[in-house]
Amino acid sequence: MKNTFFSGWKKELTQNGALYIMMIPVVAFFIIFCYKPMYGALIAFKDYSPRLGILESPWVGFEHFQSFFSSPDFGRTLKNTLTISLTSLIFSFPAPILFALLLNEIKDGLFKKTVQTVSYMPHFISTVVICGMIKSFVGSEGIIGSLVNSITGNTGSLLMQPDKFVPIYIISGIWQGMGWSAIVYLAALSGVDPQLYEAADIDGAGKFLKIFKITLPSIMPTIITMLILQVGRIMSLGYEKVILLYNPLIYETSDIISSYTYRMAFETRNWGYSTAVGLFNSVVNLILLIISNKMSKKFTNSGLW
Amino acid sequence: MKVNLIKRNGNKIKKSRGAAIFDAVNILLMIAISMCMLYPILYVVFASFSDPTEFTKHSGLLMKPAGFSLESYKLAFENPMLFRGYLNTIIIILASVTLSMILTSLCAYVISRKDFKLKKFCTIAIVVTMFFNGGMIPFYFTVRDLGLENSMWALILPTAINTFNMIILRTSFESVPDALIEAARIDGAGHWTVLFRVILPLSKATLAVLVLYYAVANWNSWFNAMLFINDREKYPLQLVLREILITSDTSSMTAGESDQEFIGETIKHAIIVISTVPILCIYPFLQKYFAKGAMVGSVKG
Repeated sequence: MKNTFFSGWKKELTQNGALYIMMIPVVAFFIIFCYKPMYGALIAFKDYSPRLGILESPWVGFEHFQSFFSSPDFGRTLKNTLTISLTSLIFSFPAPILFALLLNEIKDGLFKKTVQTVSYMPHFISTVVICGMIKSFVGSEGIIGSLVNSITGNTGSLLMQPDKFVPIYIISGIWQGMGWSAIVYLAALSGVDPQLYEAADIDGAGKFLKIFKITLPSIMPTIITMLILQVGRIMSLGYEKVILLYNPLIYETSDIISSYTYRMAFETRNWGYSTAVGLFNSVVNLILLIISNKMSKKFTNSGLW
Repeated sequence: MKVNLIKRNGNKIKKSRGAAIFDAVNILLMIAISMCMLYPILYVVFASFSDPTEFTKHSGLLMKPAGFSLESYKLAFENPMLFRGYLNTIIIILASVTLSMILTSLCAYVISRKDFKLKKFCTIAIVVTMFFNGGMIPFYFTVRDLGLENSMWALILPTAINTFNMIILRTSFESVPDALIEAARIDGAGHWTVLFRVILPLSKATLAVLVLYYAVANWNSWFNAMLFINDREKYPLQLVLREILITSDTSSMTAGESDQEFIGETIKHAIIVISTVPILCIYPFLQKYFAKGAMVGSVKG
C-alpha cells in the first residue's frame, strides 16, 4: 500500500513536476493574501494591539460581538444595509430586464446598437468620478439639487438630507449599471427560437401576448439565476460608493455595516471590534450565499458550485 | 397551405396598427433612455467649457456651454497632482496587469490539468477564497506587516489574482481539445511548452478580456490606495480625483493633508472630462471584448 502511494507520487512528480513549480507563486499568493487574513480574523476574538501582534494579544471571546449587538449602531447599520439592498432588488434588478425586453423589440439594427452602446457608457466611468458627479449634481447649486429643493422647499445639498440618500444611491446605480446588466438578458433573448414567434404570428398573437407568453418564459431561467445571485449578495453591499458619498449628517440612513467597519477601524482604531463587525457580515453573507445557491440548484438546476 | 397564407396575411394587416403604435412608443422610449444615459456626461462636458462666473449664475439644463471659456482646462492642467496621478495609474496598470496575467494563467493552467493529482484540493482551496475572506482589517494588517505600506506594490501584489477571472480563464483552457495537448505531450513537450505554445495561443480572446478586466479594475481602484499610500506623490489618479471631487470642500474641516484652496465647479468638471473622456473614447472599440467577457462570466458564474 505504502509502496503504491510513493510510486504514485513519484510518477506524478516526474510527469507533472512542472505543475508544482508553476504552483509556487500561486500558492504563495493565496496563502499570503487570502489565507493569512482569514487567520488574522482571529483578532475579532482578541483585544488586539498591533504592538503585541495576533498571538500575544489577550483573548476576549465574544465580547466584541456582544458589544456590537447591544449597541444602537447594530440596528442602524443592519437596517440601512437591508434597506439599500432590498430597494435595489426591487428597482435596480428589474430595470435591465425591462430595458432588454424593449430593446429587443427594436428592428433597426443600427439604432439598436447605438442605444446599447450609449447605455453601456456610464459603466466605464470610475466610482470616484461617478460620486464626484453625483455630489456636484445634487449640491444646492447643482442641476438636480436645485430642482428638488425648489419643490421640497429644503436648502442645502441633497446629500445633507437623510431621506434623499437611498434614492440617490439607487437612481445613480440604475443609471450606471442598467445598460451593462442588460447584456446578459439580451444574449438570452437572442437565443429564443424565432419559429416560436412565427407560430404566434400565425395564431394572431399581439406584441404583448408574445412578450408575456414567449419572450419572458424563455429568459426566465436567466432571470431566476440572476435574482438568486442578487439575493446572495444582500449583505455584501458595495461600500465604496457609500464611503465616498456619506457624511455624518446622514449616517442614520447611509451608514451600512461595511462602512461602519471601515470607520471603526481607521477612524477610531478599534481593531478587534471592527474586525468582529466585519466577520459578522462575512458570515451572514456566506450563509445567504449558501442558501441562495441551494435555491438556485433547486429551481434552475445550476448553481455557483 | 393556401388557407394558412391568407390567414397569415390577414392577421398581419389586422395587428399592424397596434404594432406600429407600440414600435413608435418604443423607439421614443429608447431615445429618451439614451438621452438620460448620455445627458449627465454631456452636461459635465458643457460645464467644463463654461465660463466660471456665467456657470454659477446659470441654473437648470445646459444645452451648450454657458459662455465659452477654456479657463477651467487651463487651471486643471496646472494642477500637478493630476498628471502625477495619471502617470502613477499607468505605471500601476502596466505592472499589475503583467503580473496578474502571468499568475492567473499559471493558476488556471495547473487547475485545468485533469491528470494533476491535487487538482480537486487546489480548486476547492482557491474557490473558497471567493466566498469567504478575512475582512478589511486583517487584510490591512497583512499588507502592512509585509512592509508594503506606502509602496506601489501594495496596489499590485494583493490583487494579482482575481479568482473570478481565473475561473473564466480555466474554463477557456479546459475547452482546448485534449487530443491537441496529448499530441504535444507525446512529442515530448513539457507543461511550460504546452502552456505557452498550445494553450495560450488558443485562448487569445479570453486573455484579451482578462487584460481589459484587470486594467479596468486597476484604473477604478482607489480604496486600497487610500488605505496604504500616504505619500501624495504616489497617489494613483482615482485618489487624486477623490481629493479634488469628493473631499475638497471639506478639506478645511478635516485639516492637515493638504491646504487646497476651494476648487470651482467648472474646474471639477474639466477634471472629470480629462480623467474620463479618454476611457469613453477607447471603449466603443473594446466593447465587444467587454461584452464577451460579461457573457463568459455569466455563463459560468
